[in-house]
Order: sequence, then C-alpha cells, then structure tokens
Amino acid sequence: MNKEYRIQRYGHIRQGRISLNGIPRFESNETDFSIFIKSAYKNFDTQYPKFFKMDSLSKLALIASDVLLENENEKNIALALSNRAASLDTDRRHQKTIQDIENPFASPAVFVYTLPNICLGEISIRHRLFSENSFFIFDRFNADSLFEYANSLLANQKSEKVICGWMEFDQGKYDAFLYVVAKNGIFAHSIEEINRLYLTP
Amino acid sequence: MTDLKEELKAKIIEQLNLEDVAIEEIADKDPLFGEGLGLDSIDALELIVMLDKDYGIKLADPKEGRAIFESVETMASYISEHRK
Amino acid sequence: MNKIYLSHSNIVSGFGFGSVSALEGIKKEVSDLKPMEDENILPHPFCSSRIADSLLQEAYGNLGPTEKHTRLEQLLLVSLEKTIAASQIELDDRVGLIVSTTKGNIDVLETDGPFPEERAYLSVLGKKIKTFFGFRNEAIVLSNACVSGILAIAVAKRFIAQGRYDHVFVVAGDLVTRFILSGFNAFQALSQEPCRPFCKTRSGINIGEVGVSALITSDRKHLADESVVILGEASCNDANHISGPSRTGEGLYRSIRAALDQSGLLAADIDYISAHGTATPFNDEMEAIAFNRAELQSVPLNSLKGYFGHTLGASGLLETIVGMHSLHQNTLFASKGFQELGISQPLAIIQSTTSKKLDTFLKTASGFGGCNTAVVFQKAGK
Repeated sequence: MNKEYRIQRYGHIRQGRISLNGIPRFESNETDFSIFIKSAYKNFDTQYPKFFKMDSLSKLALIASDVLLENENEKNIALALSNRAASLDTDRRHQKTIQDIENPFASPAVFVYTLPNICLGEISIRHRLFSENSFFIFDRFNADSLFEYANSLLANQKSEKVICGWMEFDQGKYDAFLYVVAKNGIFAHSIEEINRLYLTP
Repeated sequence: MTDLKEELKAKIIEQLNLEDVAIEEIADKDPLFGEGLGLDSIDALELIVMLDKDYGIKLADPKEGRAIFESVETMASYISEHRK
Repeated sequence: MNKIYLSHSNIVSGFGFGSVSALEGIKKEVSDLKPMEDENILPHPFCSSRIADSLLQEAYGNLGPTEKHTRLEQLLLVSLEKTIAASQIELDDRVGLIVSTTKGNIDVLETDGPFPEERAYLSVLGKKIKTFFGFRNEAIVLSNACVSGILAIAVAKRFIAQGRYDHVFVVAGDLVTRFILSGFNAFQALSQEPCRPFCKTRSGINIGEVGVSALITSDRKHLADESVVILGEASCNDANHISGPSRTGEGLYRSIRAALDQSGLLAADIDYISAHGTATPFNDEMEAIAFNRAELQSVPLNSLKGYFGHTLGASGLLETIVGMHSLHQNTLFASKGFQELGISQPLAIIQSTTSKKLDTFLKTASGFGGCNTAVVFQKAGK
C-alpha cells in the first residue's frame, strides 16, 4: 500500500504574477512574456547568463523552479512535468528557418529546444539534480496522473522528493504551476488538493 | 577588416544571446570559448551556420571550426579569405 | 510485489510489417539504411530507413478507418492493431494507453496539407489513437527526447504497480521529416553513409522511422512466448548540458546502478546490453565511460542503430523488443557497421551474430536534455 505523502509547497507563474504558496513574490503589468520574465530574472537577481539563451518554455521553468527551490537543501528530487503544447512554440520558430526548401538554415540553438523535456534538463543543470525526469503531454492539467506518478516514484525510493506540475507556453500565453511532494508537508497530497492548489495562485 | 570585426562582434552578441555584453567589451584577440565569452558547443554550431548563411562559407569539416572560432580576429581573417 | 512483464509486441519498419521481418533482417546482418534523395526533406542526399508509402496505405486501408489519419497516425494504428489483437485483452477501464513520441505530427506544420495545425498538438495524436481502438482511458503521451521509448516501458510498469491499470499498451513512433533532419544536419551530426556505432570510422547518425507497440501487463495469462519481466528501471539526468553528452557518463551510470539495484541483479548477472549507440563520437564515448564505471565492459553489447537508424521516440521500445527476441532466440545480434573500436575504453561489441544461452539484458538510452534511462529485463519463463 502507498504511504501518505504530503505537498510541502507550491508555486505559480500566471498572468504577470509569480507566487509561492499563494503569496506574491513578483508582480508586473507587462503583457509581453519575454519582457515580463526578464524583469522577474532581474528582480530575483538571478545571475545566470545561460537564461538568455533559453527558449520561453525553459525561461518559464527556470524562474518557476528557482522560486520553488530557493530554500531547498535536498538534491535527490525527481521531476515530473506536463503541458499541452509540448515545445510547439519553439517548433514553429524552427519550422520558419527551414521553410525555404532550397536554402534551409536551421539554427542549432533553436532546434535543441524543440523538445519539451529540455526545460527539465535546464532545471536539473541549474539545481544540480541528477534524478528522474519525465515529461507528459495532456490536453489539460491532469492531477490524477501526476498524483499516481509521484506516489510511484516516492514509494519505490526513486527520489526523496518529487517536483510535479504544469509548464505551458504557447503563442505568448503561459501558465506554470509546480509543487513539491515529500514525506512531510503542510498540504495533503490528494487529487482534490492538487486541483485546488492549481486553481489558487 | 576592422569593419568586419565590429560586424562579427555585433552578430555574436545578437545571435548567441549574450545579454549585458557590449561590443567594446570584446577585444579582437579575446578567446571566444572557455575562459573568454564562455561560449559552448551549441554556440560553435551556431557560428558554423552564421558562416554559411551570412558569408556563403561551408566548412568541409566542422572540426575546422575550432581554429577559426578562436577569436574575432581569427574569424575575420578566415572570412575575408574565403567569403563569396 | 507482482511481476510486471513486457509481452506481445509489433515492429513496423522498413524491413516490413511485423516483428518477424525485422528480426529476419537483423539475423542475416542486413541493414535497412539506404542512401536517399528527397528534396522535401533535405537539399542534399541522406541515409535513412523509411516505410514505403504504398505499403503503409494498404495496411492502413485494411483497418477500415472511418476518418482521415496522418501518416504517423496510420503507422501507429497499423502497429498497435496487431499487438492488441495478439494480446486478446478487452479494452476496459483497467487498460491504459501510452503514446511515446518526440515530435508527433510535426509534419503538419510543413505543408498546406489536409490537416490543421491543431494536429501537431500531441494530445490530439493521443486522442486519435484512443478513439480508433476505443480505449476507455485517455492516452498518456510521453515526450522525453530519445529516451521516450524505453522510459515509456518504465512509466507503464509504474502505473501498473500503483494499481491504476492492469495492462498498458505502449505505442511509439516518429517520422523522418524535414523538421528533424534539418535540425540534426545543423548539428553536423548526420552521416551520409550507414552509421557505425562505437566504430573508429564512424561519421555520425542516421534518422530512421518505425512504428512499434507492446503490451505491458501484470497478468501471466497474457504473456507471449518471448515475454520478459521488467526487473528494474531508472532514469537519471546528467545535470551537465542540454545537448552535449556528459564527459563522465554521470546520468547513464546512475541510471544503470539504480536499475540494477532495483532488479536485485549484479553487473555480472547481465548477459547482454542493448546500448543506445548513436554513432556520434561524444555519445559513444559517454556510453563507454558509463558502462566501464558500472563494470559492464565485458558484457556482450550492440547498438541496433546500424539496422534502423535512430528512430527517436520509438528507438528505446524498438530496441527493447529486439532485445526480448534476442533472449528468446538465445542469439546475440551483431552490432551492424562496427569494425574497429573507436572509443577510449573497452567494450565487448558483438562482431558477428552468435548463439548463446541468454537470461537477462540491460537496455539503455540517452537523449537531449541530459536524460538517460536504463531498464533490466529477464526471461519470463514458463
């Protein structure tokens, strides 16, 4: 049988607002994502030049994970993220570079981001996490699957904690939601609670 | 040649997304990789595409890139010899 | 805990429709990689293994579809139909579906074809497969670069072990497209000749296409003769670089260690390794380092990329299915294209196809994003 696990904390980046456990950490009226996320980067004094080489999905994931993990000492943390658009936003950029059949000039720096799990790699590099990475695609936020998967990883000692969530970027619209599942924590780890936290930034 | 070097510096900053680096901060002989601007393997591939797209130079062997992309100066002299 | 098995499976590839044709080709040490010219894909020649359109159309037509499907959907449907039929499992609410792909219907971005851009969303692809067969559960789409196919087996096992499903069908595929080839071409990674994993004279990778499918189940009533038990699995990140393989093989080494620990086996118990072996110098070297760190350097090893090319999101599942048959046939298949060791550390590359009593094997894969996966399998026995 499964042990009962708990949610330690959760974070959102949605509509110009970055929050941790529902408490705002950064807010902006900027509607352009690239300007918004850069001002968040500066606001948190992030100091990570590689950030500027990332695509939008990875920038979103990097800032979201920074806020979530700022006081985290555990390194054995698995990642199980999901979204709807995979890497389609960057896929469209890559497609544009190769539209001219006779003279395609694909950009390696764009192409490498045409996979949704690259943002898991960016989080892993940033936070030195040598652990499980899985990226799922659903047509909407799917608490059921993430709940079962996190339980499985923890029950089988794949990691001490699991970061689960939704990391969506598509045509300028973004929605990031991450939460940490562990043995202890203030929130229940249940499908109802995950759905409630998802809806309360 | 000086114009080409300045042009290359601007392109490197722009295309490799080097935030907060100004043209004046890149010296002609500064190493681009490793200690210098800290470029990595993806940047090297991006520079190979830049040679092809902007200067019509196709490298027969990507390993040649190592010497060509040592600094802005080595890049500029290679381009002026081989450009079409 | 109950054992979980990899059971009925199907390979649709350039060798033909069905695993038998692919296995016959491999047994004869024949590669399906061929030089090709297709200006819609690349302005210069490339080397690949592809499925003939006419044959795919025919096989797909035989399924009696009632709506139009993309080429990838056709390939996945044709592959999965046989696996479901062989499994004799009713698709009730205890049966899951996992679709493994890196790019799905990405080719709909390319042309003004009959399909809207919406079809490029992977959940739409999942829905098409689900609806065609009448699965009761939504498809879980896994898109984790080049480890997707092998990770899908691990994920299926985990969902079954959690009690969410009794059986999971996994279907995996990616097409040879301009999108993919132009990208790998910009990475200077494509070889114009059939690839030669781990070989001194290797010149890069080939991209190939297959549609593969398999049943993962905890029910011994639904085992195929060649079934294997999934003993242990792990997936660890390099935390090093998003495209460059780790110089220390860190993530792969950790994946192998954790998979072995879970399996209860030692390195010395492994009879065969089905490696990733893409035939890029950095990848092959990284794998050699990881296998040596795990003390697996004397275990017979091959890469199957020399037969099919790199089939992306399908490769891990494809190569596991071939590995399962390798165990069943007690045969080590030659690592096609290999002549002379081109890595800094020793590996026991299988140079010619030979008979050997086999009981266990290790499958590994590594991909962009620094991801690695290792899974240990053992013959299910009767």
